[in-house]
Amino acid sequence: MNTTVARLTVRGLLGRRRGLLLLVVPALLLIISVIAANTDGDKHDLTVKILGQLSLGTLVPILGLVVGTGAIATEIDDGSIVYLLSKPLPRRLIITTKLAVAVAVTWAFAAVPTFVAGLILYGTKDDLALAFTVGTLVSGAAYSALFLLLGVVTRHAVVAGLAYALVWESLVGNFVKGARTLSVQQWGLSVAEAVAGEGAITADVALGVAVPLLVVVTVAATVLASVKLAGLTLAAED
Amino acid sequence: MSLPPETRPAESGVIHDIGYRGYTGPRLGRGYATRSLFTQGLRAAYGLGRSGRSKVLPMLVLAVLTLPAVVIVALAIVQGRTELPLDYPAYPSALGLVVELFVAAQAPVLMSRDLRYSTVPLYFSRPITRGDYVRAKFGAMVVAMLLLMTAPMVVLYLGAVLGGMPFGHNTAHFLYGLAAAVLFALVYSAVGLLIAASTPRRGFGVAAIMGFLVVSQGIAVVVLGIAGGLDNPVPPESANWVGLLSPGWLVEGLVTQLFGLGSAADLHAPGTLGVTVFALEAAVVVAGSYGLLRRRYRSI
Repeated sequence: MNTTVARLTVRGLLGRRRGLLLLVVPALLLIISVIAANTDGDKHDLTVKILGQLSLGTLVPILGLVVGTGAIATEIDDGSIVYLLSKPLPRRLIITTKLAVAVAVTWAFAAVPTFVAGLILYGTKDDLALAFTVGTLVSGAAYSALFLLLGVVTRHAVVAGLAYALVWESLVGNFVKGARTLSVQQWGLSVAEAVAGEGAITADVALGVAVPLLVVVTVAATVLASVKLAGLTLAAED
Repeated sequence: MSLPPETRPAESGVIHDIGYRGYTGPRLGRGYATRSLFTQGLRAAYGLGRSGRSKVLPMLVLAVLTLPAVVIVALAIVQGRTELPLDYPAYPSALGLVVELFVAAQAPVLMSRDLRYSTVPLYFSRPITRGDYVRAKFGAMVVAMLLLMTAPMVVLYLGAVLGGMPFGHNTAHFLYGLAAAVLFALVYSAVGLLIAASTPRRGFGVAAIMGFLVVSQGIAVVVLGIAGGLDNPVPPESANWVGLLSPGWLVEGLVTQLFGLGSAADLHAPGTLGVTVFALEAAVVVAGSYGLLRRRYRSI
């Protein structure tokens, strides 16, 4: 961790009005939760739908994408990364610092609203709120690391990330069951299933598969990003 | 080597007449410039005339949209069906995510790059006006999206007609599909271009457009669940109003009701009032975005 790099990254992510824009989505989640909490009907299914689809399925990937790529890809894009790279700092330190900031921001903007929304919707029954919060924490960290790597590797990081998060995880995952094994969202759901009470959440991926994959992806993405940043070539945008 | 002025030979300071002449040929004017900008925008949306790497995504999206149509029509012919398993207007909605990805990725290509490299003032130093610029870009995006959605439908139509399926039915539904494609293209382009024009950074633009489309869709799904469509397969008639919450469902619901397609379980604009309101919202979205775009470029 380097505090100066961390401070600059936070300012890049949340400076100007960007922090406010990022707040819009969690605010919508909370509004929906309040409306849903005041309706009658099966609260359990509704909570699983809101927290599973809206929060874990949409909010976390989009936030992870904006934050993960915003932490480094924007700097590479406008070329200002060279001023950072020319400082006597190891490249892996830059990556770990930026990743730590990205993970913290993702957690603050995704996991905290998820927990609050869970409490509003379902209280503390079945540990459902806690389960989904843990799910968003782990998948948020994995998404941040993955999208940070994409930001270093390609100039089309956002499009590539969207293609993975939406087309692969949502569209392909809906039709092909096997695709869900390679989905950060499903790994997060699997962890949530383990935390929640018996039968409260159903996940398609076993915990014994999900946890190692989460760890491997997060660590491998971080290491690969450090290696890639060490040999970064700045190319002009086409 | 520069000599002091008084030591230079006197005859070096000669102005040669190199015969400069003003341009007296035809001036092609505003319309030509606007058309050129439109063509350039349409080509840029598919990465034509740009590097190979910028062709990858649009061509991939086109392939992902068209290949299922080929498979569907081939299977339908082999199985000897008399009707396509997927109706024409339903096709763009079924692969809506891919269509959205295209607008999210390519709208910033049209708008953000000009802002970022400050080429917009250069355009305005030519005869075109700000209105022409917005018109050309908007037209380019709409036509690009229309081509994207029409290509698979043409494949379906040709396959169906050549495969001996009823000509009249297929032609009617193909035309419904074209109408749906026009509506999708207008609404998606309006939303995408407006967001793209607000940021000079391509990455933010892409994420913001996709974020808006996906989050609004997610909210619409959840509200539909709250309105009682979660446990029963056929949601109550009033639940269909959630279509107003997401651009994709707005068009889908409007088209379904307008042409009397699908079953009661499919999202549709509820009744005549629903059609009016849905159509009105679509018109407001398109016209409003267009107006805001024109306002955005007034002060550049």
